[in-house]
Amino acid sequence: MKRYIYINDDETSQDLYCANRLSNRKYTLMNFLPKNLWEQFSRFMNQYFLLIACLQLWSLITPVNPASTWGPLIFIFAVSATKEAWDDYNRYLSDKKANEKEVWVVKQGIKKLIQSQDIRVGNIVWLRENDEVPCDLVLIGTSDPQGVCYVETAALDGETDLKTRLIPAACMGMDFELLHKIKGVIECPGPDKDIRRFDGNLRLLPPFIDNDVCPLTIKNTILQSCYLRNTEWACGVAVYTGNETKLGMTRGIPEPKLTAVDAMIDKLTGAIFVFQIVVVIVLGTAGNVWKDTEARKQWYVLYPQEFPWYELLVIPLRFELLCSIMIPISIKVSLDLVKSLYAKFIDWDYEMIDPETDTPSHATNTAISEDLAQVEYILTDKTGTLTENRMIFRRCCIGGIFYGNETGDALKDVGLLNAITSGSPDVIRFLTVMAVCNTVIPAKSKAGAILYKAQSQDEEALVHAAAQLHMVLVNKNASILEIKFNGSVLQYEILETLEFTSDRKRMSVVVKDCHSGNISLLSKGADEAILPYAHAGQQTRTFVEAVEQYSQLGLRTLCLAWREVEEDEYQEWSLMFKEASSTLIDREWRIAEVCQRLEHDLKVLGVTAIEDRLQDGVPETIETLRKAGINFWMLTGDKQNTAIQIALSCNFISPEPKGQLLSIDGKTEDEVCRSLERVLLTMRITTSEPKDVAFVVDGWALEIALKHYRKAFTELAILSRTAICCRVTPSQKAQLVELLKSCDYRTLAIGDGGNDVRMIQKADIGVGISGREGLQAARAADYSIGKFRFLKRLILVHGRYSYNRTAFLSQYSFYKSLLICFIQIFFSFISGLSGTSLFNSVSLMAYNVFYTSIPVLVSTIDKDLSEGTVMQHPQILFYCQAGRLLNPSTFAGWFGRSLFHAIVAFVISIHVYAYEKSEMEEVSMVALSGCIWLQAFVVALETK
Amino acid sequence: MNSNAASSSTANPDAAGSPDPPAPRRSSKRPKYSKFTQQELPACKPILTPKWVILTFLVVGIAFVPIGITSLLASRDVVEIVDRYETDCIPVANRTDKVAFIQSNASKTCTRQITVTKHMKRPVYVYYQLDNFYQNHRRYVKSRNDEQLKKRSKTSETSQCEPEDTTPDGKPIVPCGLIAWSLFNDTYTFSRNKRQLTVNKNGIAWKSDRDHKFGKEVFPSNFQNGTLIGGAHLDESIPLSKQEDLIVWMRTAALPTFRKLYGKIEVDLEENDIIDVILENNYNTYSFSGKKKLVLSTTSWLGGKNDFLGIAYLTVGGLCFFLALSFTIVYLVKPR
Repeated sequence: MKRYIYINDDETSQDLYCANRLSNRKYTLMNFLPKNLWEQFSRFMNQYFLLIACLQLWSLITPVNPASTWGPLIFIFAVSATKEAWDDYNRYLSDKKANEKEVWVVKQGIKKLIQSQDIRVGNIVWLRENDEVPCDLVLIGTSDPQGVCYVETAALDGETDLKTRLIPAACMGMDFELLHKIKGVIECPGPDKDIRRFDGNLRLLPPFIDNDVCPLTIKNTILQSCYLRNTEWACGVAVYTGNETKLGMTRGIPEPKLTAVDAMIDKLTGAIFVFQIVVVIVLGTAGNVWKDTEARKQWYVLYPQEFPWYELLVIPLRFELLCSIMIPISIKVSLDLVKSLYAKFIDWDYEMIDPETDTPSHATNTAISEDLAQVEYILTDKTGTLTENRMIFRRCCIGGIFYGNETGDALKDVGLLNAITSGSPDVIRFLTVMAVCNTVIPAKSKAGAILYKAQSQDEEALVHAAAQLHMVLVNKNASILEIKFNGSVLQYEILETLEFTSDRKRMSVVVKDCHSGNISLLSKGADEAILPYAHAGQQTRTFVEAVEQYSQLGLRTLCLAWREVEEDEYQEWSLMFKEASSTLIDREWRIAEVCQRLEHDLKVLGVTAIEDRLQDGVPETIETLRKAGINFWMLTGDKQNTAIQIALSCNFISPEPKGQLLSIDGKTEDEVCRSLERVLLTMRITTSEPKDVAFVVDGWALEIALKHYRKAFTELAILSRTAICCRVTPSQKAQLVELLKSCDYRTLAIGDGGNDVRMIQKADIGVGISGREGLQAARAADYSIGKFRFLKRLILVHGRYSYNRTAFLSQYSFYKSLLICFIQIFFSFISGLSGTSLFNSVSLMAYNVFYTSIPVLVSTIDKDLSEGTVMQHPQILFYCQAGRLLNPSTFAGWFGRSLFHAIVAFVISIHVYAYEKSEMEEVSMVALSGCIWLQAFVVALETK
Repeated sequence: MNSNAASSSTANPDAAGSPDPPAPRRSSKRPKYSKFTQQELPACKPILTPKWVILTFLVVGIAFVPIGITSLLASRDVVEIVDRYETDCIPVANRTDKVAFIQSNASKTCTRQITVTKHMKRPVYVYYQLDNFYQNHRRYVKSRNDEQLKKRSKTSETSQCEPEDTTPDGKPIVPCGLIAWSLFNDTYTFSRNKRQLTVNKNGIAWKSDRDHKFGKEVFPSNFQNGTLIGGAHLDESIPLSKQEDLIVWMRTAALPTFRKLYGKIEVDLEENDIIDVILENNYNTYSFSGKKKLVLSTTSWLGGKNDFLGIAYLTVGGLCFFLALSFTIVYLVKPR
C-alpha cells in the first residue's frame, strides 16, 4: 500500500493518516473492565475458580457459603486488575508526556510551536540540536551547507555512534526561507518496521523547478526517537506518525516471561486437577450407589420418590466443590506477593550497589527471581559488561622507545613529556597522527570544554591522550581541522578519508598542511595491516615486539604510520579513488584496492596500547559461577583477537596446555561445514577429558552455520561449555539465545548496550548493566545491576533463596489444601457419601487465610544456608538447577505427607473425643486445630 | 539518553579517564538500611547432632508414658453398662416384620433388667445409642433453621428445612426441618427394688445451646401434624429452650454410631443391683436395621470410657523410647 504525501499541504493529508499521537496503552477507560476480565479469564486457573464459584451459587450442592470462594476470587481479580490499571496508567502518563512535547512545525507557511501529538503527515517539522525526533521524517534541510546532519540512533538500534544523514539531492542548497513554502509529493511504502530500509521518491512541485523524481533512501530520513546531534538545526517532512512510525511498529509489550518454577507449578496443578476429577467421579458414583441402596431405607432423610433430571449429577458436583479446595486459590496471590518481596530484597541489597555511581540494583521484572537459580547458560556481552568500556591510553612505543612501561601510564612518563617539550619530530608526528587520523567530532560544550564524539572508543581514547599530551584537537569544520599544539594552532585540510573496514583493518586520512601545503598520508590500524606495508628500509622488529608485549598484557594495540605524498601522486590517485567511490558493483572491494595503492611504503611511527580494563571481580565471578555449573558464552561485536584476549584474561577460557580453543571459520558454506564438522569431532572426543574446550566463531560463519547446519551447530552448542562468538549482530545474539532455549536450557543474557537489548528480551532472564553505553539495556532487562560481579550474588544468593522459598511455599500451599481436603474426603465415608462438609465456611476461610497464609510468609525470609556458605560452595546451586526442590517426586512427597497427616488428624480427632459421643461441630473443631498444629509444625520444621 | 551519554566525555585533561565523582543527588537512591531489607535478621538453627536427637526422644518418651498410663487408668475406672434392646423388645411373633410392628399402633412397652456389674458413683449418665444412623447425612444435617429456633419473630423462616418446612396448608412448622422431625422418642423409666429411680433430665443439653441457640419465647407449633409422623411430639406449651431432649438431638453427631444423653440418675448404684427398665420402644430403626442400645455410665476426670487416648500416648512414648534406645546403640556401636 503506497502512501502519497503532499508536503506542507494542510488540507489533503489532514485526515488520511493518523496524527502523531503515541499510544502504548493496552486499555481505554471504557474497555478496561471487559478487556481485563477477558484476559484474566483466558487463564485456565481463573476459569476453574470461576466455575467453582458459580457452582457454589447453587445451594443444593454447595457445602459452604459461596462467599468463601467469591471473596478471595474477587480479591484476586481486583489485585491483578489494579496492577494492570496502574501499569497502564503509567504508560498513559509517559505517552502523554511525549505527546504534549512542543515542537516547531510549519503551519500555513508560518513556523509555530505545537504539541507533538498534533503533527500530521506532510507537516514540516523543525528540530534543533539535541532535540528528540518526534516522528519519522524525510530530511529536507539542515544548517550544514553540504546538507549533512548527525543523528544518534541509540534508542532505535542501540548503536551509540553518530550517523550521518543527507538531505535528498532535490532539496540541496535550498534557501532557508524557501523551506517554509516548499511543496511536493513524497511517494513511499506503507508503514513497516524495517529500520534499515526506506524506498521512496520525492518530486517537488512548481514553483520549485526541479521536476525530476528524486529517490529517497533510509539515508535521507531521521526516525522517531533519534536525537539530532552536532547540527544546529534540521527540518524534515513527517512521513510516518504516531504508532505508525518505524519505532512504533516494532514496539510491543513484551510477552510476560514464565519461569521454570511457574511451569512446574502449572503442571502439578494440572496433575492435582486430574486427581480431583478422579476422586470426584469415584466418590460421586459411590455416593449415588449408596443413595439408591442405603439412603432409601433411612426414612429420616426423606428422599423424594421422584427426582429432577439432574439428580444424578448432584452428588458428584457436591464432591467437586468439596474437593475444589485441593487447588489453593491463594497460591497465585501469595506467590506474587512473595516474589515482589524477593525483588525488593534485590533492590534493597547493600552489597549490590554500584560503589562508583551509588546506583542500587533493580529488579524490573518481579516475577522471575527463582529462575535465577536455575540458569544453565549465561550469554554475556564483552565490552562494557566484562570490561569497563573505558578505553584508556596506557603505553606506547615510539620509534623503538617504550614509554609507560615503568609507571604503567605513558601520560605520566617523564621521558615522553621531555620528548614532547624538546620537540622530537617522531613524537610530534606520532601525536599528530593520534589527533588527526580519526573520525572523532569535537564539539564545544556550553562551559567551553571540548566534548569528543567518536564512533569508536579507541579513537576517543587516542584523541584524549593526545589532548593530554598537549596536542588538542580543537575543531573540525567541514574539511578543515584545527589542532592546538603548545599554544600554536595548526590547520590541516582533510583531503580524503580512507575508511575503516573490518577487512582492511586500518584507516587512513590524506591531509594537507594548510601552513606548508605538504600532503601526507596518516594511517593507523592493526599490526598485521600496517607493518607489512612499511617501507623497505625500516626495521619493524621492535614494533612487532612491542605489539607482542602489549597483547600479553591484554592491551589493545594499534600501529601508527605516515608517509609524505607528492602532489602529482595524490592527484592521480584521487581520480581513481573518486571513480572507485562511484562504482555501483563491488564498491567496497574497489575502494579497498584503490586505498591499497596509496597505503604502502609507510613509515611506521610507533604502537599505541589502549587498555579496556576488566571490571573488578570478573574472573572470580566467572570462576565461581562456572563451579556452580553454569556455562558461559561470550557474544561480542568485537574482533576475534580482542575477544580471545579478554576471554583469556578473565578466566573465560584457559591458556593452551589446559584448554583448547577451536575455531569455526570460513567464508563459504563448504568451508564452514568442514570446519564445523572438525570442531564437532574434536569436541566429541574431548568431552571425556578434563580439558576446557571452547570454540570460537565469527559472525559470518555463524550466519552460515545457523542457516544451513543448524543441527550440527545445536549439537555443538550442547557439547560445548564455553563459546566465543565474535562480530555478531544484535539479531544473531538473539538467535543464539533462541537456539539455546530451543535445547531446553535456561538462559541468562547480560549486556549493557542497545545492541544487547534483543538478546536480553529473548532470554529467559535478561540482565542489564547500567553502564556507560546508556541505559537501554538496563531498561529492557529484567534486572539491572551496576557491575558484572554482582551477578554472582544475584544468582547464588537471591536466585537460590528465591527458588528455595518458592519451592517450599508452593508445595506447602498444596499440602495444606490437600490436608484439609483429605479430611473432608475421609469424613464423607462416614457420612454416607452424601458430600457433607465437616468444616463450616468460617473455619475454612480462617484456615486458609489466618492460620496458613500469614504464618507461612515467615518462610520468605528463611535462609537454609548462610550467604557466605553459598558463595564459598557454589556447587550447591546444582540442586536448584536440576530442580531438586520442586519436581513431581518432591511433590509426591508432600502429597504423601498431607495424606498421612490427614489420616493421623482424622483418626485422632474421631477417637480421642470419645468415639460415639463426638458431635460434628466438636470433631470439626478438633480436626481443624489438628490441621493447624500439623501445618505449623511443618512450617517450623521446613524453615530453618 | 541525556545529551552527553555514551561515547562523549570532556577533553579536560584532569577529568578524562577517571570515574565521574558520584553526585550527591544520587545518594538518595540508596535504600534505607535495616536488618530486614538486608536479610540479616537473626536466626537460630538447631543442629541435629545424635546427642540432641536421642535426648529429645528420651524426653518425649519420659513425658508421654506416664500421661498414657494415667489416662488409661482413668478410662478403666469408668463403669459402663450397655444393653442392646432393639430386637428383644419386639414380640417374638412380630419379629419377621419388625417395620410393620413399629409402625402399627400396638403397645410397644417392654421391660428389661440390667445388673450393675460394679459400684457406680453418681451421677450415673443414661445414654441411648443408635447405630447406622446417619445424622451427618448432607440432606439431614442442613435441614434446620437456626434463626427460627432462636427468635420468635423469625417463626416463618423455614428456608433449608424442606421437605419439613410447612404444613400442607402453608403454615410454618416450628421447629422445622428433618432433624427436629425425626426426634428420638423411646422413653425409659428405671426402678431398683420396685423403687423408682428418678432420671434428671435437666441440664443434659449444653448451657450455651439453651441460652443462646434455642429461644425462650419460641414455642413448637404445627409440629408432627403432617401425614408423615417422624419421631417424638413436643409439648407446645414449653419453649424450645426447655426442650432439652430436642436440643441434645439437634446437636448432630459426627459418626453414624452415636450416643446421646438421655438423663442422669443422681444416686449411687451398688454392685449386683438389679435395675428394671420399662421402655417404650417407639423409634423406628428397623427399616435401616440400626441397633438401639441403652447405656449407663459413670465418668472420670477424663470423661467417659475411652482407652484410645491412653493407648496412643503409650504407643508414641514407647516408640520414642525405642528410637532413643536404637539410636543410642547405633551411636555407640558406630559413632560418627
